[in-house]
Amino acid sequence: MARILSLAEAVKEAVCDGDTVAMEGFTHLIPHAAGHEIIRQGRKHLTLIRMTPDLIYDQLIGMGCADKLVFSWGGNPGVGSLHRFRDAVENGWPHKLAIEEHSHAAMANAYEAGAAGLPCAIFRGYRGTDFHKVNPNIRSVKCPFTGEELAAIPAHRPDVAVIHAQRADKAGNVMLEGVLGVQKEAVLAAKRSIVTVEEIVDDFGPRSLNAVILPGWTVGYVAEVPGGAFPSYAQGYYPRNNNFYKEWDAVSRERDSFLAWMKTNVLEKGPEAFAAHARKLRAAAE
Amino acid sequence: MTDYKPNEMMTIAAARALGNDDVCFVGIGMPSAAANLARLSHAPGVTLIYESGTLATKPTVLPLSIGDGELCETALTTVAVPEMFRYWLQGGRISIGFLGGAQIDKYANLNTTVVGPYDKPKVRLPGGGGAPEIATSCGEIFIIMAQGKRSFVEKLDFVTSIGHVQGGDSRAKLGIKTKGPTRLITDLALFEPDPQTKEMTVVSIHPGVTREQIQDNTGWQVRYAAKVAQTLPPTVRELEVLRDLHARTARVQGEAA
Repeated sequence: MARILSLAEAVKEAVCDGDTVAMEGFTHLIPHAAGHEIIRQGRKHLTLIRMTPDLIYDQLIGMGCADKLVFSWGGNPGVGSLHRFRDAVENGWPHKLAIEEHSHAAMANAYEAGAAGLPCAIFRGYRGTDFHKVNPNIRSVKCPFTGEELAAIPAHRPDVAVIHAQRADKAGNVMLEGVLGVQKEAVLAAKRSIVTVEEIVDDFGPRSLNAVILPGWTVGYVAEVPGGAFPSYAQGYYPRNNNFYKEWDAVSRERDSFLAWMKTNVLEKGPEAFAAHARKLRAAAE
Repeated sequence: MTDYKPNEMMTIAAARALGNDDVCFVGIGMPSAAANLARLSHAPGVTLIYESGTLATKPTVLPLSIGDGELCETALTTVAVPEMFRYWLQGGRISIGFLGGAQIDKYANLNTTVVGPYDKPKVRLPGGGGAPEIATSCGEIFIIMAQGKRSFVEKLDFVTSIGHVQGGDSRAKLGIKTKGPTRLITDLALFEPDPQTKEMTVVSIHPGVTREQIQDNTGWQVRYAAKVAQTLPPTVRELEVLRDLHARTARVQGEAA
């Protein structure tokens, strides 16, 4: 049963040094506040899984929280490089980062396999590419019926999944809408989970009969963090702050400016700082 | 005639390749600009799909990321990412994949992974994203890339997604039934695969561009089709729609700050 806690308490209970952590959100609903909390609590030696590492993992990698990254696209969307990720891979700063590289299709399939309780994901992928030469986890199986050779990779089974959603109710049921990414799969594939939400409501109210809901008994911890997806967005609440993504390019380019930014905006702040970005766009939410 | 930039010619030439009946998997950046230009001009019925799960989306401004709210709000529906890749892409529902890249070779194989050795990269690029499977699962592939010696190379440092592999029937020999890259649109010319060798071959040169210029910006010996056309320059209307789209995008992105 989901426990409703503060974000600091949830991270303290759910995320341990050395864990494999999947923080998901495909451009939308990226759990930035939770990322900051993990950095503040000084977690180390994490294996980070995420389709699109994005700014959230640029920050975790730059602050030395990660030993390994499992990913499929490591850029600043529409802007360019993730400089901290590049510095780690190209120069080993702040320390060497092991990488396990996949395609989006592979990552999405691996989460789905994890949620489905399967040991591996099977799909038609990677044909003719060089990925298998650098990633020994990319193998193949033969279809027992047709003989077709298919790609196989291990299922994602993270110790902890961390996502952000629009709403939870008081029983810890979680509702999300808009671009859904692989959040549902990540939570169902993980041993433990933290969901930050824009708001905790008494009742979800009128909704589609097929609304995307993670029942409270599948969720570990729920923490209310309004604005917690900033600078990504929460459909119906606030838009993506594209300028922040553009400005991150300059902030993160040099080690000093990055560390100074992290000190002022993460280490010396708390999750409540995100509330300044919280909004509710009535038209979209109704 | 109106003045235009080589990049505008490239985007417009790419947009012209899309028609009303196409179902197009759109990459971010130049493919997205071209696909939306097509939708806002000659192909209002074209179906645009982004890997964030948005099906038949009609953004009024260009998205900065692949999953901007605008794409979701203007879509027919939005599906989860595993469904996107399994049912829609792998399931063979998409006729055209629109890709860009950092490096391309003469068989239109692409590298978006790394420049230099993988373990000691000179430049670590973002990686494959959806491209490895887009390149093999879509009916055919259009590629849009500005030409240059560093991007049009003899040998890729890493094969992120395949085109015609080693040429000839080498793609089909991998058991792949889709066509692969049928058009490469650059800021200088249009390339199509030679029917036999599958080498990307110039079929049309943009106005004012010379063969020498094309060679100077290509890392392999460029081949030309028996008959090479001259690309029609952008029409006033094409330029107007494209510039409006960019201006609208800049305005909205500025406002969001």
